[in-house]
Amino acid sequence: MDTKKIKLPHGIPGHNLGQIEREVPADEPPAWPVNDELKHVGKRVKRTDAEAKVTGAAKFTSDIQLPGMLYGRMLRSDYPHAKIRSIDMSAAEKHPGVYAVHIFKNVVGMAQPADDDAAGEYPDIKFAGQPIAGVAALTTEIAEEALDLIKVDYEYLPFVVDLEEAQKPEAPLVFTTNVEQDDAGGGGGGDTGLKTVGNVRGPSTSSFYGGPRGDLEKGFEEADTILEQTYRTQVQTHCSLETHGVVVDWKPDNVTIYASTQNTKNVRDEFAEVFDLPKSQVRVIQEYMGGGFGAKHSLGNFGVMAGYLAKKSGRPIKLMLDRREEHISSGNRPNSIHYLKIGARKDGKLTAIQQRSYGTAGVGLGAGVGRIAQIMYESPNFSTEQYDVFTHAGPGAAWRAPGNVQGCYGLEQAMDELAEKLNLDPIALRDVTDTSEIRKVERHRGAETFKWSRRKLPASDPGLIKKGLGMAQSHWPRIVHIDSTAEVRAFRDGAVEIRSAVQDIGTGTKTVLSQVVAEELGLKPEDITVRIGDTLFPDGPPSGGSIVTGSITPPARNAAYKLKLQLFDQVASKLETDASKLAVDDGQIMSTEDPSKKIAFKEALKEMRTGQISATASRSDDYGGFMVGNAIAYGGLGSVQFAEVSVDTETGFVKVEKIVAVHSCGRPINITQIENQINGGVIQGLGYALYEDRVMDNETGHQMNSNFDQYKMPLSLEIPDIEILIVEDYSGRSSTDAYGIGEPANIATAAAVANAVYNAIGTRIFEIPITPEKVLRALNKV
Amino acid sequence: MNKFSWYNAKSVEEALQEVNATVSEALSPKSPEAPAVFKSGGVDLLDLMKEGLVKPHKIININQIEGLDKITYDKKDGLRMGANATLAQIEAHPQIKETYLALHQAVAHAGTPQLRTMASLGGNLAQRTRCWYFRSIHHECLRKGSGTCFARDGENEYHAIMKNGACASVHASSVATALLAFDARVEIQNSKGKKNEVNLADFFVAPGDDSSRENILEADELITAVMVPPTSSKMRSYYMKQGARESYDWALADVAVVAEMSGTTCKKASVALGAAAPVPLLSKPAAQALEGKILDEATASSTAEAAMKGATPLAKNGYKVPLFKSIIKRTILAIA
Ligand SMILES: Cc1cc2nc3c(=O)[nH]c(=O)nc-3n(C[C@H](O)[C@H](O)[C@H](O)COP(=O)(O)OP(=O)(O)OC[C@H]3O[C@@H](n4cnc5c(N)ncnc54)[C@H](O)[C@@H]3O)c2cc1C
Repeated sequence: MDTKKIKLPHGIPGHNLGQIEREVPADEPPAWPVNDELKHVGKRVKRTDAEAKVTGAAKFTSDIQLPGMLYGRMLRSDYPHAKIRSIDMSAAEKHPGVYAVHIFKNVVGMAQPADDDAAGEYPDIKFAGQPIAGVAALTTEIAEEALDLIKVDYEYLPFVVDLEEAQKPEAPLVFTTNVEQDDAGGGGGGDTGLKTVGNVRGPSTSSFYGGPRGDLEKGFEEADTILEQTYRTQVQTHCSLETHGVVVDWKPDNVTIYASTQNTKNVRDEFAEVFDLPKSQVRVIQEYMGGGFGAKHSLGNFGVMAGYLAKKSGRPIKLMLDRREEHISSGNRPNSIHYLKIGARKDGKLTAIQQRSYGTAGVGLGAGVGRIAQIMYESPNFSTEQYDVFTHAGPGAAWRAPGNVQGCYGLEQAMDELAEKLNLDPIALRDVTDTSEIRKVERHRGAETFKWSRRKLPASDPGLIKKGLGMAQSHWPRIVHIDSTAEVRAFRDGAVEIRSAVQDIGTGTKTVLSQVVAEELGLKPEDITVRIGDTLFPDGPPSGGSIVTGSITPPARNAAYKLKLQLFDQVASKLETDASKLAVDDGQIMSTEDPSKKIAFKEALKEMRTGQISATASRSDDYGGFMVGNAIAYGGLGSVQFAEVSVDTETGFVKVEKIVAVHSCGRPINITQIENQINGGVIQGLGYALYEDRVMDNETGHQMNSNFDQYKMPLSLEIPDIEILIVEDYSGRSSTDAYGIGEPANIATAAAVANAVYNAIGTRIFEIPITPEKVLRALNKV
Repeated sequence: MNKFSWYNAKSVEEALQEVNATVSEALSPKSPEAPAVFKSGGVDLLDLMKEGLVKPHKIININQIEGLDKITYDKKDGLRMGANATLAQIEAHPQIKETYLALHQAVAHAGTPQLRTMASLGGNLAQRTRCWYFRSIHHECLRKGSGTCFARDGENEYHAIMKNGACASVHASSVATALLAFDARVEIQNSKGKKNEVNLADFFVAPGDDSSRENILEADELITAVMVPPTSSKMRSYYMKQGARESYDWALADVAVVAEMSGTTCKKASVALGAAAPVPLLSKPAAQALEGKILDEATASSTAEAAMKGATPLAKNGYKVPLFKSIIKRTILAIA
């Protein structure tokens, strides 16, 4: 491969900004300077679809209406553990208005026996809410009437839904053989090939950061102080505004699926596999999406059911879950019991970290606590054991920074405790143990904005309502998805389009792509039409792991760059210059040597030989070859968050007064949208810290709060002042050097709040959500 | 949700001809074959229908009955609020704010502005409990005809801490807390055209007496108005509510205190507690602890202690006892 050497911005402006020379493929575009010197990238560009969303013109999956469309609904088990002896669909099938019925032969989205042996006629029921069958009818109401007519003969079995009960030897077993899950929740722990004893699977002892390191025992011997503590987190459910769902339109030669998905490519592939179709005959469209936080990567049981009902009825099927189904069956953030033992020397240097965790993803895998304890701090000795515990409850799924959010809650409280033990300020301790340059800058810029120096000794605030300050920090890997392609087209009528199957889950991917292409072509973002979320276009990355911006903006820029060169070739002779001497600026193509030689970009398009030109580019490995495995580029995205709370020591209520969130995401592309993501991440973090909790009834195995009334999320009055600092962090790894922000935004909040609560009341609360009950209990008032 | 027919009642009499069940009856095993029930704002009825707990054949919309939403106030006769008066109307009424502050506060803290615009006073008093076992189609609880209260030994963090021996649900209305402290009366008309008045305290039915209902309403009865006696210049009132969140949420604890003062001394008091028991509760021990005392920190504390003396918290709601104590204290100090 031909290469060339280019110099790229490197470092943090205002701190250590410099340049780095890298050898890159010869057809890569020249390096962009820092954002200050760019026109559209790094600016507050308005969302391309803002008007469409505000006016309601934007059509979400739940808005799709097709001629002849039927409505699908699914029957779910009312019992958490059972065998099904028989299912009688006859009455449902005869119900007027019903066009098709289907019984599941197997259920996806949960762990599956490694060796598929004693599979009965129907899948065993392993949680209350497991789908059994479905019907398609003229209306949702008729479909639901028909569900009531289905007769299921169950053999009831004992069950367990509690994380600790499930670990006892006498607990009813969820699985009787070893199990695996392809699409595990991603929190860690879900490795393949692990053994299950009772309901406990594992331990998982390594991750993509490697395995255990050093010698724990020696590490603890070298320590001056050892901290040992156990932290607990709850199950958090997915609460996207738009529920999971699809519309499946099965035509003889092509199936079109409208899906509320964060992964068009994967939905296509899974559908093609289930129904044994060529992938090219399955088209997935996601034009607008009402939110997704990790659980919307797959076709899901609802998608499989909609497929069967469409195939059987010959009509388009719409199948959207209701809010209750969303809570009980569509994925959740597993809970955790997280044990940490940390050794430190007097100066704060860590000598050893030992981690052990148990968590339940219900009937799924992936309840580990992430990799944050393994990677964030320098410690020569480290080991982890992460166990998945099975319960008869709905499966876990990826959930905004899976595992890391649980892990950070424990680790960052442990660091706070350690700082106190060592008589160090929490920031000073991290300055000693954390080698990340970006986090160091973030800590100190944040501390200044937050006025960290006003922090007092724990519980020293007089009065009934006590103020407290706390901070926590986080790490998220820079993940890059190599199978990410963008195509840029220009048309004779002046239009410029970018196309990719990548979807915008609401983060603003469409706008970001328009900015990048406009910057490269010397146009304005509003000149660029963005057509994405459709598998007719080249494959894009999934919207998960904060990988979209880092994966798709470099090919978008590179495709625009290639297209520009094609256009230069076409106009060079007309401008009586060499194509290599041409540049774009402000809607013009001009000679760099003689600015009078120029033509408007749109004029140049009018004169093209063909109706359109097109260029396609794919993501390649990072400049510098940071690729590890097939999707990881090491080196983290750091963030630091500060929280100010007041705690009413009589009622036990915690009010968060202020959050300062300091974040980095490489080269920021759209400041407003980054702030949107951080606001959302912080607010979800507050929900996790103080309110949200899936309440399971141990006696009946049902979730008691499967609605927005009783499942508490923060509402407008709960949301504090959130101040955001974005730190540019150039690392010269791609033509845009941009990374994502969605997941990092959510990681540190709960720990920051918990540390602030401790600072307020002087008693630590080891379990979230921090409810009035727990505060009053901690204060010995219950 | 099931199919139903819709009937727009134009008068109280017409509505009473059409109805054949209370919502409580319609969701019990005693339901008539084709239940026909009242709907005012529909906030609670619709929720129960969406959960599949009640499947009325006919909905009698009483929302458009002329005059049934009228609010009148007279210094001598006191306040009269038609059953269809919305919480928003009550909240906006200047004389209610001036004369019955605790009622204004209670109404202004119920639900959200959107909910208050739909919610009627009659519907608020007749709404069913929010106990999550009661609201779950999967739990045949005591109130729905079985012998079991799941909450007593189950997930009871939001449940009753007093009078919870049979059923641990709490009444959902926080408006009732204030009305109770003001000694409100409920006017009820039946299908024979007879009008009855009952004290609000006698309107609610404890589960020990009849677990299938939360109030005395019979199928052929309609609340027409709620009356609050006139106040004197010596009367003061205050209301406080603590929910899990600041808006869009139910009370974990709420308190209304109405006190007749002579200088700084409380002559006569009534203290009402919401979300403490299956019915809104007048606390006699609390009233006694206030009467004859100067309203100060010590009185406030001893009143709070007295109010919670009989508390029998369950495994997960012990925190509600200190929570109640705190807001009782703060409410009293707000009056002083
Ligand atoms: C999220 C949420 C939060 C809430 N928070 C609070 C709160 O903090 N405090 C509070 O007090 N309430 C709260 N509410 C409850 C709300 O105020 C009540 O649901 C509402 O007042 C019911 O009034 P409605 O007119 O909509 O009743 P409907 O739903 O129309 O009727 C409710 C019941 O009353 C019966 N009924 C209605 N009118 C009459 C009548 N005139 N005579 C006889 N029976 C009648 C109906 O048959 C039905 O059984 C909340 C509700 C929600 C959804």
